[in-house]
Amino acid sequence: MKRWIAFWNIMLKDMRAYYLKPPNISWGLIFPLAWTGMFYIRSGADSVDILSLLPGVTAISILFGTTSLLAVTVTFEKKNRSFERLLMAPIPLELLMLAKTSGAILFGVVNAFVPIAAAAFLTDLSGVDWSTLLPAIVMIAIASTFLGLFIAVSVSEVFEAQTFSNFFRFPMIFLCGLFFPIASLPIFLRPFSYLFPLTYGVDILHGAVHGAAVQTLALNFAVITAFCLILFFFSLKNIHRKWIV
Amino acid sequence: MNKRPHPPAMAADDPQPLIQVEGLTKTYDAVTAVDQIDFSVATGELFGFLGPNGAGKTTTIALLTGLARPDSGSIRIGGIDCTKNPKAAQHLIGVVPDESNLYPELSGFDNLCFCASLYGLHAHERRTRARQLLQTFSLAEAAERKFAGYSKGMKRKLTIAAGIIHHPRLLFLDEPTTGIDVSSARQIRQLIADLHRSGTTIFLTTHYIEEAERLCQRIAFIVNGRIVKTDGVAELLQPEKEKKVMMIAVANSREDLCSRIASAFPHFHFQASSAEQIRVESDHPISIGPLVRFIEDQGAEVMEARRIQPSLEQVFVRVTGIELAAMKKEKEKGGNNR
Repeated sequence: MKRWIAFWNIMLKDMRAYYLKPPNISWGLIFPLAWTGMFYIRSGADSVDILSLLPGVTAISILFGTTSLLAVTVTFEKKNRSFERLLMAPIPLELLMLAKTSGAILFGVVNAFVPIAAAAFLTDLSGVDWSTLLPAIVMIAIASTFLGLFIAVSVSEVFEAQTFSNFFRFPMIFLCGLFFPIASLPIFLRPFSYLFPLTYGVDILHGAVHGAAVQTLALNFAVITAFCLILFFFSLKNIHRKWIV
Repeated sequence: MNKRPHPPAMAADDPQPLIQVEGLTKTYDAVTAVDQIDFSVATGELFGFLGPNGAGKTTTIALLTGLARPDSGSIRIGGIDCTKNPKAAQHLIGVVPDESNLYPELSGFDNLCFCASLYGLHAHERRTRARQLLQTFSLAEAAERKFAGYSKGMKRKLTIAAGIIHHPRLLFLDEPTTGIDVSSARQIRQLIADLHRSGTTIFLTTHYIEEAERLCQRIAFIVNGRIVKTDGVAELLQPEKEKKVMMIAVANSREDLCSRIASAFPHFHFQASSAEQIRVESDHPISIGPLVRFIEDQGAEVMEARRIQPSLEQVFVRVTGIELAAMKKEKEKGGNNR
């Protein structure tokens, strides 16, 4: 019980203290909103186009929102030494890091509904398979958050976390099938697409929104789950190796 | 506060001291930060850890609180072996680091409530305890202000409050009065003494020797990662009490004045601590008249001659070989770099 009190309060504190930090507003809200606006303006009233764009825009909103938040909640706190306070609390490291990432996962899920809400005004979403879409959003949020965590514990400055994040985020926009199919990429780039968890999440979203998934649902969920576990495991290992020396 | 509390049973005789450290060693790259240290702290004791910058004080606290892993040796806190599993005893300890590390975005009240939640305190208990501590630390009026807007002294007081919010049995205080104004430092010393009186065991690191002398019951001197001396304050001071020490301030003195006096008064020990200061030590009473006359005969002017009371500072200089002025200068330099 005591541990869950700590878990809950760490998550609430991060949400209260960091959701409106400048990096989250710029990268987590404005950037995805700008992309959303750009694509919706481009697609005009063509409902088919909007449905094909929605998975990519949703994924990008989650990705940028979660990874930006982790740079603040973890790297910033490590830098000003308040993270030491958490490390000295009687909470297992696994639970502590789950608490630190839960707020970001929720932020990512909320971000996902910004483009979905916009799309609901512009087109008919009655054909969307919500029972697949919702778990996919959660899984993408978890995978992106853990990617953000992996980056956050690998660096020591907030600006490094943002720069390192972009090293992953921008290639992912083009390589993960967000706005055009992986099959249309040059053949030498295609293997790289499958190295990113977002590829599998976006494929589920394409299947749920307009029935255009390439891989099976089970394979996509299995691979994205594996990515989550690997990223979390390596992040914990990095904390043990670099922060509790 | 001014009267030193009666020491508890010395750790060595305590069947189960609250802290028991044996052969603790920690190396960073090629530097041995802590080298085979042994010490124990009895329940209810206020134990001081004194040493210059880089001596290994903060590393020792990091090892004891689970922020660093020892290369060898063992740590037991409250009878729990923390060597392999530092988390096991973290519920017993509170830590006040050398820099205030609370959350700048949160108010003083919210910071305390959050810290209490890390130890599993329920909401009502958290709020009650936070209000009580804000009152005790004279911060009630600033309770709703953001921590970022606090002065250094207020920050330090709130950090101490956060360290004791969960009623820890053992409190680590790392340089609690460094870099704050005199009035806040005095208030913090009073709070430390009160905490100790209420039964909290305290592990205090400081480079203010007079602070350690006033507050602590036992002290360990650490230099270059090694503990060079551990004893009760009274026991450390005893040899100094047996000595008679005088400080003579002179002006217009010759360079070889000190050696000339030493030849004339062979039963006294002389040391020129600066061009204008001569320290005289003896195991017997020092008669000042002949000394002053001799100095004036040498063409120098005696400005002041005073008896020096025995202090821990003298013990520290004798035991470690480190001049206090050098230690303070080094600390200030380190402080500015942080």
